Amino acid sequence: MSSSTIKSGGVRKRPTGVGAPSGWYMAPALGIFALFALVPLVVALWLSFTTWDAISSPVFVGGANWATVLADRGTWHALGLTLEVVALSWLVQTPISLLLGVFVAGTQKYRALLAAIYFLPLILSSAAIGLAFKAILDPNFGLGASVGVSWLKQNWLGSPSLILPVVVFIIAWQFVPLHTLLYQGGVRQIPASLYEAAQIDGASRVQQFFSITLPQLRYTLITSSTLMITGSLTYFDVVFVLTGGVPSSAINILPIDMYVTGFSAAQFGTASVLAIILAVIGLAISLVLTKFSGFNRMSSQQEGA
Amino acid sequence: MTTVAIVGALSGCSAGGSSAGGSTATLWALTGDQTGVVEPAVTAWNKANPKEQINAQYFANDAYKTKIRTSVGAGSAPTIIYSWAGGTLDSYVKAGKVADLTSETASIKSKYNSSVFDLGVVDGKTYAVPMDPSYPVLLYFNKSVLAKAGVSAPTTWDELLAAIPKLKSAGVLPFALAGGSKWPELMWEEYLVDRVAGPDAIKAIAAGKKNAWSDPGIIKANTMLQQLVSAGAFGSDYNSVVADSNADAALLYTGKAAMLLQGAWAYSTFQTSAADFTKSSLGYSNFPSVSGGKGDPANIVGNVSGYFSVSANASAAQKKTAIAYLTQGTFNDAYTKRLLDGGQVPPIKGVSSQISGGSDSFVGKTASLIDSAPNFQMSWDQALPSAEATALLTNLDQLFTKSITPTQFSDAMNKTIGQ
Repeated sequence: MSSSTIKSGGVRKRPTGVGAPSGWYMAPALGIFALFALVPLVVALWLSFTTWDAISSPVFVGGANWATVLADRGTWHALGLTLEVVALSWLVQTPISLLLGVFVAGTQKYRALLAAIYFLPLILSSAAIGLAFKAILDPNFGLGASVGVSWLKQNWLGSPSLILPVVVFIIAWQFVPLHTLLYQGGVRQIPASLYEAAQIDGASRVQQFFSITLPQLRYTLITSSTLMITGSLTYFDVVFVLTGGVPSSAINILPIDMYVTGFSAAQFGTASVLAIILAVIGLAISLVLTKFSGFNRMSSQQEGA
Repeated sequence: MTTVAIVGALSGCSAGGSSAGGSTATLWALTGDQTGVVEPAVTAWNKANPKEQINAQYFANDAYKTKIRTSVGAGSAPTIIYSWAGGTLDSYVKAGKVADLTSETASIKSKYNSSVFDLGVVDGKTYAVPMDPSYPVLLYFNKSVLAKAGVSAPTTWDELLAAIPKLKSAGVLPFALAGGSKWPELMWEEYLVDRVAGPDAIKAIAAGKKNAWSDPGIIKANTMLQQLVSAGAFGSDYNSVVADSNADAALLYTGKAAMLLQGAWAYSTFQTSAADFTKSSLGYSNFPSVSGGKGDPANIVGNVSGYFSVSANASAAQKKTAIAYLTQGTFNDAYTKRLLDGGQVPPIKGVSSQISGGSDSFVGKTASLIDSAPNFQMSWDQALPSAEATALLTNLDQLFTKSITPTQFSDAMNKTIGQ
């Protein structure tokens, strides 16, 4: 049922180019992409070879910034923390949003109500979330002090061992709804016939989940993971609001490090190096994910294993 | 007639956005207590000078620091630029971004306390004039909490240390500290270094002297700081307390903490949030003396004043308006009176006679602290270049959490000198 059937049918020949749209259709999107993504990237790359305080003109210094940044233990510490946030975010968010997504994919009315409640954090701005958690977690005037539940009264934002789990929790709270939505959509795409066949074969609900739902959600899992990983790699706003832009070394993730180096310390050359590193890592992770998952082949989800 | 009105409106709009043209001068300042200083002055000015209008916009402190730097660099700065003088002003002057105001401000120079006025002078030329009250950092205390614990307000370091276990056993936090905001930690550092190592240690750092952070006085001061943390002076949760919501001031007036080291700007917070407490049990004094230290116990640290500069990119008409405002619109009689009524000390000569509440009032006490101080050290995050100031806050945070030793702190900070 492709174009060849139309041709062999002897119907009037279609003018060339109608089946495949002209490459010029991409021009507006490409233009915007170049202006807002490629140009800044190239400028940042150029800035990474200069020293610039944003007031006087940039001075070309060659690879000096790169040498400084790569030799700085702080950079590797920040990179390690960033990867830790990425890994923990994925490990926490994926099972929760997968199970929630499968659960709310059902059609009962109460599930729709529950889904609406789950999705609430999605509509809040990051700044609002940051400020709200800052107030809730305040050890003297926050939830712990007012409710009188003693374990809630902790040095949540100030303790070097607690701040990272707290940030991972808040990221999860903010983004689980989005991924739940993705999984919910994915589950609803699975043909009911697969489950009917499995029921006839006597498969239990757990067996159905592992043999049908999970394999069928393969591409949703990859989409969700790519979003989650690149998202938490560049995660900034809530941490910035929580730490006021001067983070303790326990939460000095790369995006925060980049902001502080650039906008607080006015070393835009060094900050650009960090920005490029971040962009390269993000790109590499996305490429690896799509390459090894077979996602780029765009094969059908419904046939095969 | 209509056309004229439209053209007028349009040119008014374009002048509001940048300093590219028109005669309306633009002004950027900070939200918070500074708006209370600037806004009434600009309103009064605009009413009295319909031909020399000023369009003022206000920004949050940290957001302003970022915005003004990029705007000045891109040549789209407002006509009147607020700065803290110090390192920022130096970089503006070096890049030729602010106008030389030496001759225009010569007539008003004698009005200001000369040490305050001189901070706006770079290489003998005036680039910025004072526009804010002086905000020294004071030790506030809750008199009723101290009385209940049987402790009197500490005047020496030994008294301060001795008070800690007594206050702890009385179930109160000895000192409120907004460690989550980092910069309040800097006030402890500034006072201790001043008392132990003396003002010359800071002058050496500001002058970019090699290894200036390794001064034995600084290392001793930082050792004392860590002793204070170990003694539980700030409790264990101080890193979760933030200053932008005034949580540290709240700890003091709710009686959860006995003392607080904060700037004179905190007084207005006490007045608005806890008026009864402010009247009955708020006490304040200079930072305690340290025996054997090099610094004079009467020295103070804090914000000497805020400053206004004029953008070098402004049009001639805008510059004229800006200079007229800076010489006539600020620190006139109404301006000075408004500050004094709000408990703030204007950095000009002869204010003590105008203080209505006498020397016992907050403004009287602050004024006499400033008058008798042999040295008023500008806050380091403003005095030092941005890169060094940022590194200072980061390293100080690690010093407070004892992730680094005083020697490691000095080594890390030495690396930032001359950057």
